[in-house]
Amino acid sequence: MKYMALIYEDMTKAPAPDSPDFAAFMQGYMALGARLEAEGNWIAGEGLMAPETATCLRRRGGKVETMDGPFAETREHLGGFYLFHARDLDQALAYAAMIPSVDWGTVELRPVMDYS
Amino acid sequence: MTPAEAALAALMGQGRGRLLAALIARTGDFPGAEEALQEAAEAALVHWGRSGLPDRPEAWLLRVALRKSIDRHRRSARAGAHAALIAQLGAEEAALDTAEEIPDDRLRLIFTCCHPALEPKTQVALTLRTVCGLTTAGIAAVFLDSEPTMAQRLSRARAKIAAARIPYAVPGPGEWPGRLGAVLTVVYLIFTTGYAGGPGEEARDLCDEAVFLARLLDALRPGDPEVEGCLALLLLTHSRRAARRDAAGQTVPPGRQDAALWDAPMRAAGLAHLDRAMARGAAGPFQIKAAIAACQMVRPGPDWPQIALLYDRLLSFEPTPVVRLNRAVALMECGDMVRAGGELTALAAELAQYQPFHAARAEWLARSGRRDEALAAFAQALTGAGPADSAFLRARIASLAG
Repeated sequence: MKYMALIYEDMTKAPAPDSPDFAAFMQGYMALGARLEAEGNWIAGEGLMAPETATCLRRRGGKVETMDGPFAETREHLGGFYLFHARDLDQALAYAAMIPSVDWGTVELRPVMDYS
Repeated sequence: MTPAEAALAALMGQGRGRLLAALIARTGDFPGAEEALQEAAEAALVHWGRSGLPDRPEAWLLRVALRKSIDRHRRSARAGAHAALIAQLGAEEAALDTAEEIPDDRLRLIFTCCHPALEPKTQVALTLRTVCGLTTAGIAAVFLDSEPTMAQRLSRARAKIAAARIPYAVPGPGEWPGRLGAVLTVVYLIFTTGYAGGPGEEARDLCDEAVFLARLLDALRPGDPEVEGCLALLLLTHSRRAARRDAAGQTVPPGRQDAALWDAPMRAAGLAHLDRAMARGAAGPFQIKAAIAACQMVRPGPDWPQIALLYDRLLSFEPTPVVRLNRAVALMECGDMVRAGGELTALAAELAQYQPFHAARAEWLARSGRRDEALAAFAQALTGAGPADSAFLRARIASLAG
């Protein structure tokens, strides 16, 4: 079974690259990646560029409109994701809890649709 | 009622949770289990009425329910993908023929219903429906929801269990304390909901359901001190039921209740469970709460110094403002007005919206001889109080003013 962990966070709350906590913070993501690899459950995982770099698009009346940035007014934005295999929700929760962002943001865990 | 109908009613009443648990253990299909069991019961009514009770009615129902599940999978659009599952279910069904006794899988069922990925209210509703067998209408009445709203909540929960694959399993030793805590919290919530309602207001008494669940947990996992502590807490509180209000409907605190109105055998059973739990030497929040309940029932009056110490202990497990408030009240009852007053001041901002805080503060002011402030505080406590507590508070105001 596949799960996707969507990371919503306010990056101003994450340790800054020049802060003493930064190495430990990055280590957390590495540790999760390594564990998923070791257990054969890794599929994908990426961090996203800042929300200011986003472009939103929608088609209305047959015409594609684009605009800057996400619509959400909140301080928390989608900052990255993991896609992994897990035997059940408990295992998926255990993986997701290793994402350092849970300390200041929110991780949403969603089962992935199975079309087979 | 024919013997077949009576046997079926008993199995689908008392034995329903057991059958559902056994069925889900075999099919892994939480959402479909209830319907499959219902179809099996309907078939039983026809077959048992015609040819009499089968040799093992419980196994019969389970086999038919399994066949109904197999049929459902066969009819589904993805029958091809389910071929392996259908074959496995067929083997399960055949195995039931020779099985000596159907193992009790209700512990798995309880842990699934009380999984922390479900909302607390949903955990309570799903446990009442699935493990206790209450009707959806009955559960809706408890929550003052409409029946369709509750039905939708239950079906969403079942769908989430299947889609997100919430495991149908008893947690391992690492998860056990936390997950058991969630289960016991659900049991306790069911109890307090019933206790707040008062006796006989619901067709099915929620206090009795909670005691049933605690006993069931104790039977399925004997020797767990927190399960025993929870059972002790429920029994001790339940034993005081007839004494907790006076003839006028006014709340009577345990310390001033007429002990003759307590249910003595139930109290004794509660104390016995508490002793057994404490002897295991692994304290936990439910054991401590049960010990507090026991200390409140000491006569001539509650053992307040012991209660204050127990709240100290409870704070290490549950560092919440409400537990601190209860400790402050115990300190006040011990005559330690200075520490009690300091705690109340410290809690004022956090508990400004919590009615019992204002009642406790009013009592502290009254006992400290600050009559005018006490009257104002009692008036404030009165604004958020239910009917049974209002009468108590009005009586306090009258005695202070007079």
